[in-house]
Amino acid sequence: MTMPFYVAPEQMMKDRADYARKGIARGRALVAAICSEGIVLCAENPSRMLRKVSEIYDRIGFAGVGKYNEFDQLRIAGIRHADLKGFSFSREDVDARSLANQYAQILGNVFTHEMKPMEVEILVTEVGAAPDEDQLFHILYDGTLVDEESFCVLGGEADAVTERMAERWSAEAGRDEAVAACVSALAGPDRTLGPEELEVALLDRSAERRTFVRLEDAEVASAIAT
Amino acid sequence: MNLPLFDPHEDPGPDFAALVRLSGARPEPPPGTFDDAAVVPHGTTCVAIRYADGVVMAGDRRATAGNFISHRTIEKVFPADRHSGVAIAGAAGPAMEMVHLFQLQLEHYEKVEGAPVSLEGKANQLSQMVRNHLPAAMTGLGVVPIFAGYDHARGAGRLFQYDVTGGRYEEHDHASTGSGSMHATTVIKLGWRQSMSEDDALELSLRALLEAADEDSATGGPDLLRGIYPVVARIDARGFTRVADDDLAQRYEQILEQLREVRS
Repeated sequence: MTMPFYVAPEQMMKDRADYARKGIARGRALVAAICSEGIVLCAENPSRMLRKVSEIYDRIGFAGVGKYNEFDQLRIAGIRHADLKGFSFSREDVDARSLANQYAQILGNVFTHEMKPMEVEILVTEVGAAPDEDQLFHILYDGTLVDEESFCVLGGEADAVTERMAERWSAEAGRDEAVAACVSALAGPDRTLGPEELEVALLDRSAERRTFVRLEDAEVASAIAT
Repeated sequence: MNLPLFDPHEDPGPDFAALVRLSGARPEPPPGTFDDAAVVPHGTTCVAIRYADGVVMAGDRRATAGNFISHRTIEKVFPADRHSGVAIAGAAGPAMEMVHLFQLQLEHYEKVEGAPVSLEGKANQLSQMVRNHLPAAMTGLGVVPIFAGYDHARGAGRLFQYDVTGGRYEEHDHASTGSGSMHATTVIKLGWRQSMSEDDALELSLRALLEAADEDSATGGPDLLRGIYPVVARIDARGFTRVADDDLAQRYEQILEQLREVRS
């Protein structure tokens, strides 16, 4: 029997992190931003059928970038967690923080114990009654959980998109202004993105129960034009 | 609560009821018969009437346990999702639980799959739930719902009636369930017209419940003293909307006025 080569734990973690980061960087970016009307979720996504942004519960939304099958599995697990919790307790007991913690546990566990880490970055977001009650939980491939304020960028070229977004973001912006800011941050100075390359949704602060609404192409087009 | 992750071959898919079973959140009731089903509150009469733009659903507010009134304000008409509603008669506890599970089943499917269940699919889901409840029904705790929804593909309202074994029957004009349904149905049969207006359908549903309450002790009439009125909802292209109590109070006032004239 041959002995496996010794690999320092630091090196092993670094290799895994590099592997996950590479996978995530291949995908296109996604921005979520708090605005006066709720939380805008805006992804660059040429597919009409494979969604990056979706509904988890009444006031909770989900967004994922990276490997589709991996974040979709997490999305469905989140819906199951939320619906089961709402069924056993009450609808108001379902919250984004506890779900984000669950995701962080799973991703952290997979990162250290499984053959390969998950090549995903996800966002769990909950819309409150006022913008300062909104929550954005950004969860990385290794289980790192970051509680973001104002806006959050996931996926490839996140640093450049974040920089552009910081220039345009404003808490007082309405839905359309926020969408326009997200799209221009995603596109950058050298490109323009049309509605057919975008997937846009809003967690509508004023909605009574289910707050998640997808924006139609026409709505996105008119928002970009503002 | 942990995050429910499954191996691909054990995955319950978009089926919430299966997920609940797998998670153990709702243990099966013990086997055996219920000695005295009469002590369990039972809900009674509900009706549904199709009109030009959709369906009206109405249910009285009484629950009875044997010969006692156990609740005066129970609700038996619920939204199933945005464009459909469900009304129940039978053992109140299991009926409420069935509605709750049915609502979640539809919402869960819509979220997981990214598209809503078809109206036909919703009616079938409810049929399976009634069927699964058959063992309890045989001990006297039966639940018999009515399901109604707006079918966007046809641009019309549709109605489904059930029996206690899960049998599903689509009705064209009207449906009713519960102990007062015989009297309510007669009233509806006499008053029903093709392509009725919404106002006429609402009035007919209220009259049907009024007459059912007059003949059946388990059906509650409008309680003017306490201000308790039936739960009435309309389901049309805009979705499920409950009719406000003030509106119902006015409509009942008109109906009672007409009845007083007949008797004077």
